[in-house]
Amino acid sequence: MAPDQPDRSSASAEAALLARTPAVIAPGHTFTSVTDTISHVVLSKRTPLGWFLGFAVAFGLLMVLNVTIGKLLLTGIGIWGNNVPVGWAFDIINFVWWIGIGHAGTLISAILLLFRQQWRTSINRFAEAMTLFAVACAAMFPLLHTGRPWLAVYWLFPYPNVMGLWPQFRSPLIWDVFAVSTYGTVSALFWYQGLVPDLATLRDHAKSRFARRLYGMLALGWRGSAKHWQRYETAYLLMAGISTPLVLSVHSVVSFDFAVSNLPGWHATIFPPYFVAGAIYSGFAMVMTLAIPLRKFYGLEDFITMRHIHNMTKVMLVTGMIVAYGYANEAFFAWYSANPYEEYMMYNRMTGPYAVFYWSLIAINVVMIQLFWFRSVRDNLPLLFVLSLFVNVGMWLERFIIIATSLHRDFLPSSWAMYYPTAWDFSMFAGTIGLFLALFFLFIRFLPAIAIFEMRTIVPEAKVNPTPHHPPGGDPGRVAEQHG
Amino acid sequence: MERVAAHALYGLMAEFDTPAGLVDAATKARLAGYRKMDAYSPIPIEELNEALDLERTRLPLLVLIGGILGGIGGFSLASWASAVAYPMNVGGRPLVSWPQFIPVTFETTVLGAALTAFLGMWALNKLPQPYHPVFNVDAFTRATTDRFFLVIEASDPRFDRTSTAQFLENLHAVGVTEVAP
Repeated sequence: MAPDQPDRSSASAEAALLARTPAVIAPGHTFTSVTDTISHVVLSKRTPLGWFLGFAVAFGLLMVLNVTIGKLLLTGIGIWGNNVPVGWAFDIINFVWWIGIGHAGTLISAILLLFRQQWRTSINRFAEAMTLFAVACAAMFPLLHTGRPWLAVYWLFPYPNVMGLWPQFRSPLIWDVFAVSTYGTVSALFWYQGLVPDLATLRDHAKSRFARRLYGMLALGWRGSAKHWQRYETAYLLMAGISTPLVLSVHSVVSFDFAVSNLPGWHATIFPPYFVAGAIYSGFAMVMTLAIPLRKFYGLEDFITMRHIHNMTKVMLVTGMIVAYGYANEAFFAWYSANPYEEYMMYNRMTGPYAVFYWSLIAINVVMIQLFWFRSVRDNLPLLFVLSLFVNVGMWLERFIIIATSLHRDFLPSSWAMYYPTAWDFSMFAGTIGLFLALFFLFIRFLPAIAIFEMRTIVPEAKVNPTPHHPPGGDPGRVAEQHG
Repeated sequence: MERVAAHALYGLMAEFDTPAGLVDAATKARLAGYRKMDAYSPIPIEELNEALDLERTRLPLLVLIGGILGGIGGFSLASWASAVAYPMNVGGRPLVSWPQFIPVTFETTVLGAALTAFLGMWALNKLPQPYHPVFNVDAFTRATTDRFFLVIEASDPRFDRTSTAQFLENLHAVGVTEVAP
């Protein structure tokens, strides 16, 4: 038995490690318990009081957005603080911030599917919903920044209009239109496709006639036929494969808005990867911000387990470190380029009028995230919730620094100026947060926030050939010996 | 068992309480020579593809074609708009400045492929379909929760109301029901 000794000890070390790793679903769940727990949130007649309180706050903020848009359309974009030289300010900051948040949803639903990461299953649905709502919020900013959004149709979309004008296909702004509209469309299709089998479950579980009809219509007559499942799974995998390069392209294209210009602080080749990493980092922070209260409030701790929280924290740590590398790279190249404008850009960021924001973002995105190395932090939900809010703030500050500091002092000191946002800038931003939260509250009340059919596939009963547990890396001989 | 008029019978439905039971039944039904049948389950079961001998779907090829058409469409749109419909001479640079059309081409490729995957899947599945005979069986509401069903259709040449029902009973089914059309 001597040759087996080292193998056994490594297997027991692995077993010990596995015991310390929480499962992706709490033990003891069955097809029925998974289905009932998740569909109950939607089909229950009683809406919790907390939901009404949360929705009221969100709806109030949404009304702030309505008022802001009304004022904007009646007056013009002069109500905002952006003006030459800072012609782009809150619009693009918030646009990039929201789009970035959306990226985590696609990462979870598509990239983790391709990597066969089973823990994605219980968080993909609401993360995808988050993507859709974030894209909707993001799209409002460039559209309303045009001041007259009904005219923006011919500025943005290529269609044969009466003036014979066509958009400039060499401009990153038009690439953005194509990238974001494709991203929104593909995310919506992917999300809806995932929902259909669950809508059929709701159709079959609903007590009220109206709910049965409504979910029945949305379920398209889904009956779980083996032939249908085969094509469904193929389409789902193909969509995941298509969405993976798409999500990377979207934030790369967003970064081209800056990188293709020749402004110091924007004209940098690090931008696409640095933006994509920042997007995933902030997106996971938002998933965390939503998941921690959601699992607590609806008692979904069995499905969104500590495993998910740990893994999301680790993804934030990795992508946060890539972002930190981006900051270091920017600073290094500002010095290494020996270009006085680049050097001044960095000097201005660190010591100029907006320096407090620069150092705040460094404190959050470089220093604070080091806390994620500690298991005790990853286990502490209230602390993680607060830290995830800070990450969202940190990423917003990053976009503010990139945009405002580069524009407010560029090549000609005679055209330098300060940028100060107005109350309408803040009300627009707060309003989109209201829109996002209001949509999210409606989503968790009327649609299953966790993919029910995918959860059913990970309960033990779903296995067609129940195989004895093989310890990872174990040789078949030893298994036979144990069973004998 | 609920009886349905003989001339109006869609098929016979057997109900199982485990995925393994369904896969086993589907395999045996195929070996017994039944061909016109379908299995219904609340989760995708890969083993059913083999048990029912399902053909591989044409969807990947359609998606490839959709993607290629999308890409050609996007590149042609950008080139045509920039070189034919609205040519603008910017410092003598070429009108068809193709590297700058790549982002749009990429996005339309993705869009073409994704739309084909989504619409193609539903079209090949012939959904939305508001009515289907299997919904006539009351127990079928559990097909989206925790029960697994095998339906042998009356149009199968080997189908016989009595002997097929007997055959299904012997497969350890929880219940066997006649399905009205």
